[in-house]
Amino acid sequence: MRRWLPSLVSRRGFLGAGLVATAGAAVTARETLGQSGMPQRHAGHGGYDPAGGGTPATPNHATAHGAMITVGDVDNARNGFDPTAMLTDWYTGEVSMLPDGRRLRTFEVTAEDKEIEIAPGVMFPAWTFNGRVPGPALRATEGDRLRIVFKNYGSHPHSMHFHGIHAARMDGVPRAGVVQPGEEFVYEFDAKPFGCHLYHCHALPLARHIHKGMYGIFVIDPDPEKRPEFADVARSRLFGTPENAEWQELAMVMNAFDTNFDGENEFYACNTIAHCYAKQPIKVVRNRPVRIYLINMTEFDPINSFHLHANFFDYFDQGTTLTPTLRTVDLITQCQAQRGIIEFNFADEDHEPGLYMFHAHQSEFTELGWMGMFDVVEAVS
Amino acid sequence: MNERVVVENTKVVADERAPRASLLWLVAPFVVLAAALWWLVAADPLAGFNNGAPPVENLTVERTILDQDGLRLLVRGGGSEAMHIAQVQVDAAYWQFEQTPPGPIERAGTAWISVPFPWVLGEAHNVTLVTNTGATFEHEIPVAIATPVATSGALASQALLGAFVGILPVAIGLMFYPALRGAGPWMMSFLLAMTIGLLGFLLIDTIEEALEFAAASAPLFQGSAMVILAAAAAFLILMAISRRERRPSGLALATYIALGIGLHNLGEGLAIGAAFAAGAAGLGTFLVMGFTLHNITEGIAIAAPILKTRPPLSRFAALALLAGGPAVLGIWLGSLAYAPHWSALALAIGAGAILQVIVEVSAALTRANEERLAGLLTTPVLAGAGSGVAFMYLTAMLVKI
Repeated sequence: MRRWLPSLVSRRGFLGAGLVATAGAAVTARETLGQSGMPQRHAGHGGYDPAGGGTPATPNHATAHGAMITVGDVDNARNGFDPTAMLTDWYTGEVSMLPDGRRLRTFEVTAEDKEIEIAPGVMFPAWTFNGRVPGPALRATEGDRLRIVFKNYGSHPHSMHFHGIHAARMDGVPRAGVVQPGEEFVYEFDAKPFGCHLYHCHALPLARHIHKGMYGIFVIDPDPEKRPEFADVARSRLFGTPENAEWQELAMVMNAFDTNFDGENEFYACNTIAHCYAKQPIKVVRNRPVRIYLINMTEFDPINSFHLHANFFDYFDQGTTLTPTLRTVDLITQCQAQRGIIEFNFADEDHEPGLYMFHAHQSEFTELGWMGMFDVVEAVS
Repeated sequence: MNERVVVENTKVVADERAPRASLLWLVAPFVVLAAALWWLVAADPLAGFNNGAPPVENLTVERTILDQDGLRLLVRGGGSEAMHIAQVQVDAAYWQFEQTPPGPIERAGTAWISVPFPWVLGEAHNVTLVTNTGATFEHEIPVAIATPVATSGALASQALLGAFVGILPVAIGLMFYPALRGAGPWMMSFLLAMTIGLLGFLLIDTIEEALEFAAASAPLFQGSAMVILAAAAAFLILMAISRRERRPSGLALATYIALGIGLHNLGEGLAIGAAFAAGAAGLGTFLVMGFTLHNITEGIAIAAPILKTRPPLSRFAALALLAGGPAVLGIWLGSLAYAPHWSALALAIGAGAILQVIVEVSAALTRANEERLAGLLTTPVLAGAGSGVAFMYLTAMLVKI
């Protein structure tokens, strides 16, 4: 008999036919329960109106959609990384001078297996660079010599494949820089071209190594001396200059986790932790410009996106230009490994201090964790 | 009893020692068991089997309640270890939820999960429970509708529906009684055999439904084994009761038939009630008429064994209530969205009861015939059984969509 249940349900017109006794019964039941009015009240976000139904109940404002968020907080200390600190935690390496006078930056990166909490109470068996997901945000200047000492302490072969310009031997792919567990490899190349780039493990199978957490931001700042026509812009991008210090720079990696390994993500986030910037908004000073280095490392979904509320921004696709590739937009999309620089501010009189939302504009991603807030303030207290 | 024997015996001392010794032997296996369990826990000798695999997780949603505060699910844990529900998605969005009681859900333990979700009337929703390991358990709400609550108005209207599908048809069937009283031996055999055919159909139908409910229940209840064992137990218990004095005939047999059919109608009511709870609150006219027609033969079946006796009118009323009334009870219980294993159990007991009645009616038929078992192969019996099954099968087409 239960077999006619779903089909019963699909034949709504048929059911509407009614019956002497039962239709009466059904209508009575519906009225007594106060069911008929409910969806409208839900749609109005107003909770329940006790006057309209038979069952007395207190208005429930939680049903007014404000309750759509993960429950609880992630233990950042146990994870060993804090998504708020990660926004501004640039790894510039150890700087020394080569005999030819060029600057050498040496980075030390290890691969390790680590169980991390990606959403409150949900553990994920990640593969990490330096114990964090995303891996360290490497930052160098155009023309630097880079030396990345990579040690694999993980249980599988791993590599660092940089999006940049380098020799075949340094590509971090099978037979060219994939490192067996317990072994070490040194990637060496020049920092170029300037821009917002990334690195990720290129051991196979690729999708597994990426979605387990092996990726990170790799920013190469432009050298103002080499860009005389846009020296001011280049100087503002060059980490450590007074011009650059004016900017509020943020490193953001859009990522996601398939916790049940069915090829679809259960959690989406910006910098790993679902809803982290919704629960702890990012403080932004109103009259100082904001620059986001944004990369998309979402596996399984073809694209991800970034949408800013109540504002528009300039976008530099891949960050390899000093003039925007897109002007005055409030939404950009990125396929996997696509990245760019987003610049905006809240300085004009239209913007009062307050919370400004940002999120992927794929509603599903937003509602599964990829949503955050800028807390715009007059001055950082 | 042993005690008395010992006291009367002259070798008191020796015989007293014997039961003590046997008592000691009774303790021994328990001591070994306790020691083995202690060793397993304390020394963990099976640690070598721990290959790093995550624990086996399982969750079963047993009840779904939708009301003005959102939705509530009764969840039963069934993993190899206690289950931790970390997050809850509804339609691929994370929602705040409350768990009562909070904390891990022990194996076989239950907890209510409340989500303040603004569900949409008549539409489908999908709930995904995410555990601490990231495993997911999905639960579909095919059609969202407020779960009926036990108000007097709702109970009364459900009772009316129950009367339509359960009591009314049985009563109509019993009304054939005066017309059938003059039946000759051929007709009597035909009617009793028709009862067997009808009950055979109900037996298959009931077991099928019981197994469906069993499949939806938590694995630790071992659904199909529970159904078969409960049916067998019900069958044996009812056989034992009915054969306490002599083989039932006449009114006693009619009462057993009514009981078996009543338990079947309880299952029918549970399914209709579950349909209420799951969103099919408006039953079509056609369906209810189908049920009424389908169940009329049940009244004839009850009337068949008492054609040669003259029971008072009140007995007819009691028989109709016994056979049809459980439909009302079933709708009430089913609409409150109780856990599927209870429905499976009720239907299994019904199946056992129906089997008992089949045996008793067959026995009555063979008794009536000189040739015993061969008497079951006569024209009226085969024709009766065939038309009973055929009638039930054909009228069931009205209610199975």
